[in-house]
Amino acid sequence: MKSIQELEEIRQKTLQKLNVRKDRSGTRIVVGMATCGIAAGARPVLTTIMDEIKKNDLADVVVAQTGCIGVCRLEPIVEVYKPGEEKVTYVHMTPEKAIRVVREHVMMDKVVKEYTIGAAEE
Amino acid sequence: MEMYRSHVMICRGTGCSSSNSELIAKNFEEEIKKNGLEKEVIVERTGCFGLCALGPVVIVYPEAAFYSQVKPEDVAEIVSEHLLKGRVVKRLIYHEAVEEDRLKSLDEVPFYKKQVRVALRNCGVINPEDIDEYIAFDGYKALEKVLTEMTPESVIDTVKQSGLRGRGGGGFPTGNKWQFAAASKGDKKYVCCNADEGDPGAFMDRSVLEGDPHAVIEAMTIAGYAIGSDQGYIYVRAEYPIAVKRLTIAIIQAREYGLLGKNILGSGFNFDIEIRLGAGAFVCGEETALMRSIEGKRGMPTPRPPFPAVKGLFGKPTILNNVETYANIPQIIVKGPEWFRSMGTEKSKGTKVFALGGKIHNTGLVEVPMGTTLREIVYDIGGGIPNNRPFKAAQTGGPSGGCIPASEIDVPMDYDNLIALGSMMGSGGLIVMDDTTCMVDIARFFLDFTVDESCGKCTPCREGTKRMLEILERICDGKGEEGDIETLEKLAVTIKSSALCGLGQTAPNPVLSTIKYFRDEYEAHIRDKRCPAGVCQSLLQYNIDSEKCKGCTICAKNCPAGAISGKVKEPHVIDQSKCLKCGVCMVKCPFKAISKR
Repeated sequence: MKSIQELEEIRQKTLQKLNVRKDRSGTRIVVGMATCGIAAGARPVLTTIMDEIKKNDLADVVVAQTGCIGVCRLEPIVEVYKPGEEKVTYVHMTPEKAIRVVREHVMMDKVVKEYTIGAAEE
Repeated sequence: MEMYRSHVMICRGTGCSSSNSELIAKNFEEEIKKNGLEKEVIVERTGCFGLCALGPVVIVYPEAAFYSQVKPEDVAEIVSEHLLKGRVVKRLIYHEAVEEDRLKSLDEVPFYKKQVRVALRNCGVINPEDIDEYIAFDGYKALEKVLTEMTPESVIDTVKQSGLRGRGGGGFPTGNKWQFAAASKGDKKYVCCNADEGDPGAFMDRSVLEGDPHAVIEAMTIAGYAIGSDQGYIYVRAEYPIAVKRLTIAIIQAREYGLLGKNILGSGFNFDIEIRLGAGAFVCGEETALMRSIEGKRGMPTPRPPFPAVKGLFGKPTILNNVETYANIPQIIVKGPEWFRSMGTEKSKGTKVFALGGKIHNTGLVEVPMGTTLREIVYDIGGGIPNNRPFKAAQTGGPSGGCIPASEIDVPMDYDNLIALGSMMGSGGLIVMDDTTCMVDIARFFLDFTVDESCGKCTPCREGTKRMLEILERICDGKGEEGDIETLEKLAVTIKSSALCGLGQTAPNPVLSTIKYFRDEYEAHIRDKRCPAGVCQSLLQYNIDSEKCKGCTICAKNCPAGAISGKVKEPHVIDQSKCLKCGVCMVKCPFKAISKR
């Protein structure tokens, strides 16, 4: 027997899971998963990002992968797209750095400048 | 709750399933496990997404990559390239959904651009065997609103205001039907769902039941509240095993959540649903015959009045609505009747699902706002006719309907416009025909069906349609006589006005409609013994072109009927009275001197 409130809870929880199927309007995290990316260790970065999203119950965040962006020496590369903002490209990513990016950039809107491609080029 | 970064939606409607989509699903699960992705990617079996011509269909989110005509052998590549490395396998994507390097969003694909999915909104999007997914996309919100904020009268008012008309073919205003039942006195009332879907070529109800069964359950519960009923029956044809299975699971899940049964959502309202299986009779899709069938009697229609809303199932006030009609109800409640009215034409509000078939590229299910023209459906959405053949006619409404000729292709599709043309909306079957279709043969085909399905109770239908069929068969056989067309017309009018039920009353429609627009074809069959479309076997004439014929005698030697005569090195001739129309001579002639017309 479910009450209306319980139904609403089911609704919210399942919507999060199904968010992936709707048109993207939230944050999009794209992990480079070409051969160069995977060789450089992109898979642990990907799984860590997914874990962080789950742990923090983040809604409206989609994790996708992409192929080779071209700067293979800077892999693993993670791009963060937030609606209305410019895309931020993070390079030389590790699982630990990924946690910081999710906590600070995705959740608190603070770009982690020292991990970006701009910082790496200096 | 598990979080998956990618969802692989695999169509498990009947169409794709019969093309092995379950094996595809299993292969996906295996390959995903092999690549260690089972915590990141989930495989979901879903309902019909509409583009059946290109099945099996697999859609991968979040990219919304539309893979079409997928084979079990393709799965390994999709998993290792797309799911693991993020490289969409372009050669397997539906060609209209990809452009150079970009995956188009589904709204840009010509097939989907003009569609507005209301009844089909969840098909292909959710897992129909998981009630939580239905709930996530506003499922059971309508029921919540009805039971906590609305009176039965306001529910009926809302449905009346929306302008919803029966989608099974009758087009009767749904709100009015509910109102009659609500006003009837009875210690017991029933809510029935017509899921018999007997029209050949129609499968929209099947797709709703397979892809979104909860929409129907929720709507029936709302209807029960509105009219004062606590018991519903879904009468579904036994030829739909997947639909029956999904409905059964959905009903069990709804009961578990207390959304069916006693004291739903604590409101004190009780309602439950049972499934009843049909057994292969088209006539049992007729309202009163259906109810007799549920009662355990032979499916035969009974005269009205009394109407079912007053005296129906087991003699009690009953409403019977079509699956697609019900599928619209929850959204009308949640989004409001004005939203529904914002789509469609003046007297036909909302959308309609058409089952597009025949000579068309994009066979499948199409849902468009009422008022969309036939031209748009055939060319913009349907992708046009194969080999660029000219459009000849479109049959709407199945065996009860008529055809729309090329001259009327710009007709806005709605209930009244189609009736004005001598056809009807029916359940939404839309068969496209080109110049290789014989209209007399089409009329014969539909009449053959209705004669077979006639229950036999009333004379006009039992005897009349059979006589009409005999005439049509004679015509197609080359034995048509002067006066046949007039006899057909007279019989048709008589049967229409005297048959007991809709089957008999509408069976003559395909004949009347084809005579109206293609009388010349009938006359060619009867007077010239010729089938302009080249379909009716008995009327085909094989001819030897005397200028091309070299007199080699090969044809005469191969003719099984000895119908060809001629001297060596002289042009040969076919004796039409002996000719069996087998076509062997044409195949054997080395000089292409023989043709048929």
